[in-house]
Amino acid sequence: MTIELRNLTKRFGSLTAVDAVDMEVGDGEVLCLLGPSGCGKTTTLRMIAGLEFATEGEVLLGGKRVNDLAPRDRNVAMSFQFYALYPSLSVADNLAYPLHAEKMSKSEIERRVAQVAKTLQLDGILHRTPSQLAEGEKQRVAVGRSIIRDPNCFLFDEPLSRLDVQLREEMRGEIKEVLQDLSRPTVIVTHDQLEALTMADRIAVMRDGRIEQVDTPHNVFARPANLFVAGFIGTPQMNLLPATLKGAQGQVATFAVAGDQEMTIEVDRKIATLAPGAQVTLGIRPRNIELSAEPVADGIASKIDIVEPMGAETLAHLNDGHHDLRLVTDWRVPLTEGDRLHVRFPPGATHVFAEDEQALRSAS
Amino acid sequence: MARKYREIGKAGWGYTAITSVVGFIYFFPVFWIILTAFKTRTDALAVPPKLFFTPTLENFQSVFFRASITTGTSQATDMGLYFFNSIFIAFTSVGLALIVGTLAAYAFSRYPLKGNDTYLFIILTTRMMPPIVVIIPIFLMFRLSGLAGSYWGIILLYTAFNIPFSVWLVKSFFDELNPEIEDAARMDGATERRVFFNFCIPQILAGLSATFVFGLILTWNEFLFALLLTGVETRTVPVAMARTLGGEVGVDYGLLAAIVTLFLIPIFFVTFLLQNQLLRGVTFGTVKK
Repeated sequence: MTIELRNLTKRFGSLTAVDAVDMEVGDGEVLCLLGPSGCGKTTTLRMIAGLEFATEGEVLLGGKRVNDLAPRDRNVAMSFQFYALYPSLSVADNLAYPLHAEKMSKSEIERRVAQVAKTLQLDGILHRTPSQLAEGEKQRVAVGRSIIRDPNCFLFDEPLSRLDVQLREEMRGEIKEVLQDLSRPTVIVTHDQLEALTMADRIAVMRDGRIEQVDTPHNVFARPANLFVAGFIGTPQMNLLPATLKGAQGQVATFAVAGDQEMTIEVDRKIATLAPGAQVTLGIRPRNIELSAEPVADGIASKIDIVEPMGAETLAHLNDGHHDLRLVTDWRVPLTEGDRLHVRFPPGATHVFAEDEQALRSAS
Repeated sequence: MARKYREIGKAGWGYTAITSVVGFIYFFPVFWIILTAFKTRTDALAVPPKLFFTPTLENFQSVFFRASITTGTSQATDMGLYFFNSIFIAFTSVGLALIVGTLAAYAFSRYPLKGNDTYLFIILTTRMMPPIVVIIPIFLMFRLSGLAGSYWGIILLYTAFNIPFSVWLVKSFFDELNPEIEDAARMDGATERRVFFNFCIPQILAGLSATFVFGLILTWNEFLFALLLTGVETRTVPVAMARTLGGEVGVDYGLLAAIVTLFLIPIFFVTFLLQNQLLRGVTFGTVKK
């Protein structure tokens, strides 16, 4: 079983919510649609479910076009952001509801409810109504209701957004475990990158209705395809530094940055395709910057502005009046606000984005 | 010195006392009517009004059986029929209006037309003018179509008058619902009919009760159309009440009060029965979620 989207587009009047999305989710694969709110990820999910008509393009489930099928005929299970439990039914009846539609025998329904209740530890609360449940329990019932039958695929809309931090971590693990056992194509919509990075086999980063990059969690983080993905994934955010290319020799290039500073660093060899004088954006993760007491050729001078201890690490904001850099180091490194220091951009740690915001990246 | 800080969530005795005085002022007309119903003709007309008197059930008896002025023998009045008419006509038309209104409200809420708000506004305009300005055309329509004096005529009219109110109120209840629940039901294999009956309706029962009671109160007390469009057989209580006024013996206030008291009972009963739903209904959006 697979989910396939071809040129999928949704317009609401003059607004294009989803713009020509192409995507494939393989059997047993978990794909996270990640993006800021309003980027079209929920609309995409609803089109797969059949709750929203596609303006253009096709939705294929298992290779079969389902655009014209009603939600109930698509055999897709979906869990909603606000859980959408049926308020007048007990937990057991909520779980059993999808099975009634399949005309299953009473004993079989009971068996399945008991089984799901066991998997998700709902045994003790089967007789309660949704209003008597805690947030975490509601979440588990919602998950239970979507996994109780044997659908073609699973869709989750912001499954953890309403839980507190601790519960979220717990449920993340639980859902991941459940999904592994199910081995069906699964799409999870989320705006929380940590959720996406931990649960997904692949992440599709969306912006303004378009998919910016689809790749494994590691690649989305380590090899962002463009400026948006680079800035969106990773906390603290990647440092983005406007610069001018002075010249390049192989992988080693010299850039001029604001404040009359120059640095010569090793970057992707595709830098050779750019002519000297090109405007680029340099990107480096706060954890990749190195500190130096002496002036360095592969870095710039700066000044510590604010120091924020974060426990095991320390986050420092560097600002010398020209650029703002964030830097994360081990908590034992002594940092004092107001100190002048030098930062190094280690070889291979710097991403270069051309003027069209795309990353300069040679195929690996 | 700062004023004493009152515990939040509790009112003092003073406020309670003031409220009970205001409450009593509001209730006084009802109280006085009920009291009058148990008075003899002399007590009812006594000046100054009597608060203490020997109660009598005579008035209630004469609602249904009255001595004929000409022959002096006791005769059954048609009041029983009029009470039946009032109940039958009000409940049927408000019920019909609620059914039609709920279906329309669901459509307006979930399947908006192009220019949805315009249609909603147009529906409401019928309630903007006093009914008396349309009484002549309606009277003529009823005469020509033969609906005048029939049950169905007055029921249709009341239904039509209650529908705008039902549509607006019930639509607001549908608007408050979380549409995700309907979507979830669709995903779980429910047809559109099931979504409506099994998931939407149960969630707004309180709102439907509130709408029903408000409509019932309006219809129950309606006088003008009932006066002009009902016949002898289909006359409602408010019209019958008006007919007991006047006459050669003057107004029998005891009798009138007895009719009003009986007239209060059904509506009082329904409101009492639904009062929990009613409160939840009118405060729908504010307490849910």
